[in-house]
Amino acid sequence: MKIKAPKDFWAGLMFIAFGVGFAWVAQNYQMGTSVRMGPAYFPTVLGGILAVIGLAIAIQSLITAGGPVGRFYFRPLILIVLATVLFGVLLKPLGLVLSLAVLVGVGAFGGFEFRWKEVTVLYVVLAIFSVYVFVKGLGLPIPVWPGE
Amino acid sequence: MDLLNNLALGFTVALSFQNLLWCFLGVLLGTLVGVLPGIGPVATIAMLLPVTFTLPPVSALIMLAGIYYGAQYGGSTTAILVNLPGESSSVVTALDGYQMARQGRAGPALGIAALGSFFAGTVSTLVIALFAPPLAEVALKFGPTEYFSLMVLGLIAAVVLAHGSLIKAIAMVILGLLLGLVGTDVNSGVARYSFGISELSDGIGFVTVAMGVFGISEIMANLQQQDTRDIFVAKIDRLLPSMDDLKKCIPSVIRGTVLGSALGILPGGGALLASFAAYTLEKKSAKPPRNFGKGDIRGVAAPESANNAGAQTSFIPLLTLGIPSNPVMALMIGAMMIQGIAPGPQVMTERPQLFWGMIASMWVGNLMLVILNLPLIGMWIKLLTVPYRLLYPAILVFCAIGVYSVNNASFDIYMMAIFAVLGYVWVKLECEPAPLILGFILGPMMEENLRRAMLLSRGDPSVFFTKPISAVLLGISLVLLLIVLSPSIKKKREEAFQEA
Repeated sequence: MKIKAPKDFWAGLMFIAFGVGFAWVAQNYQMGTSVRMGPAYFPTVLGGILAVIGLAIAIQSLITAGGPVGRFYFRPLILIVLATVLFGVLLKPLGLVLSLAVLVGVGAFGGFEFRWKEVTVLYVVLAIFSVYVFVKGLGLPIPVWPGE
Repeated sequence: MDLLNNLALGFTVALSFQNLLWCFLGVLLGTLVGVLPGIGPVATIAMLLPVTFTLPPVSALIMLAGIYYGAQYGGSTTAILVNLPGESSSVVTALDGYQMARQGRAGPALGIAALGSFFAGTVSTLVIALFAPPLAEVALKFGPTEYFSLMVLGLIAAVVLAHGSLIKAIAMVILGLLLGLVGTDVNSGVARYSFGISELSDGIGFVTVAMGVFGISEIMANLQQQDTRDIFVAKIDRLLPSMDDLKKCIPSVIRGTVLGSALGILPGGGALLASFAAYTLEKKSAKPPRNFGKGDIRGVAAPESANNAGAQTSFIPLLTLGIPSNPVMALMIGAMMIQGIAPGPQVMTERPQLFWGMIASMWVGNLMLVILNLPLIGMWIKLLTVPYRLLYPAILVFCAIGVYSVNNASFDIYMMAIFAVLGYVWVKLECEPAPLILGFILGPMMEENLRRAMLLSRGDPSVFFTKPISAVLLGISLVLLLIVLSPSIKKKREEAFQEA
């Protein structure tokens, strides 16, 4: 057996995983009857359908030829996620101004070139803008400095 | 005349100083987004949703709507001048528009795009005003059975008209429905799929999903290639097309407007489909000599009118049925819910000011776009020269702050990161995320209506086929599926999307 359409094959597997996962976890809830549907009813049915469709996609990928899975570029993927998560962790303890430095700095590393001067200027502009527009202007309750 | 009274009411709302201001801000931001490649209206509206929390509902929706149709204008400007369609709905405009610019006719191309769009905007505003009330009237009579079937039809039509693999699109819709179910079940109070995490028992915020999938993962995908934008900026001497050009374009503008208005109403329709279809139609029906692909002005006039008309009439299903036809409309529904408005046919009767104010504001916004944008074109072009490496950290910052401010919780930032990674994987596997968003917003509503329908029928699922309206709706869904699956149509559909 040979996978002729890797892109579809993996997509099919992903749908099977999600379908089975949702239906399986739903078994912890009450199923109810078709008259009075419990919380498990709808997700079980949908999860089942999703798994079947996933299976169909996967089987078809063994028969009909298709494209390969697109190439993953891990540098932007990892650094952008890292920047976002770090921002979430640091925002409350350190405040907006300092955590933005981490977000912009780490995020900029995910690109092709990192120019210190440019990133610094960009950070200063974005920080001033965010503090004045989001916190002062729109009154969003975000701490600006550490310990606020 | 009811229609005139309603429109008058709408204009008094839309022309208030405050709403003019928000409308202006919306179209301005929309144009900006349209000009800048790499950031679409979905991500922008998601980013700006938190900003609108503090506004009154009418102003919030007026501004968000302005972003959507403003983006259509901005997208065409860059498509014509630098061959870079800022929005996917402007892809076909670039074909002839850019050729015109190279021949030194950038001005007339921009001029006809603006005038055509304005004409289309005016007509489609009237179409909404005429068709929305009777449709809402019908929808008010719908019970849960009909609503469930309507949602099935809406979702099926959306995937049929979207491009890419049909079966994967259906799978994405179902995945979206399932993700929409995360959180506390209203009937039983059970926190589904929360895994003991208290934040998850409130469900996954749709702003979080939209920003992750359309905002952040878009950045990741864009950072794969080095930024090599070759910008040829044409000189613009005069903007108004000549009388000859105008005469030549009038039928094209009308064809584009009619086709766009019709396609916009369909679920899954909207600006993108409208512009592609209009260009294809124009190539076949325009009077010879045809010069398409080499700078035929009708190749700009038709799709530009169509995408604007489609962008606007796609509000009809949203305003009358409460059902989104594309991801932008899904976000609008989200915005309404955040404002405490249940989307559906009752909006028009219970909140006429909101309904008619929004419709009137679309016309006002279109007028602003024509008056403001033509003189501002020079500025928009300058913005294009901003390299992406300066642009994406800003998008990152707005997404992060925006998603945090919904609940003031870092948890939402982490969820956004998870959906960004999922979105990136979906891009690599060629699974379109747009159907997922539609499913996500409709998930809880569909379950609720299914439950009620089954309760009323005492557990007999055959009601969906014995009640006439419901049976017709499901019948149409089935026919749509069969049509798309038939080999000859399948080929045509693929061709239509490959025109560009």
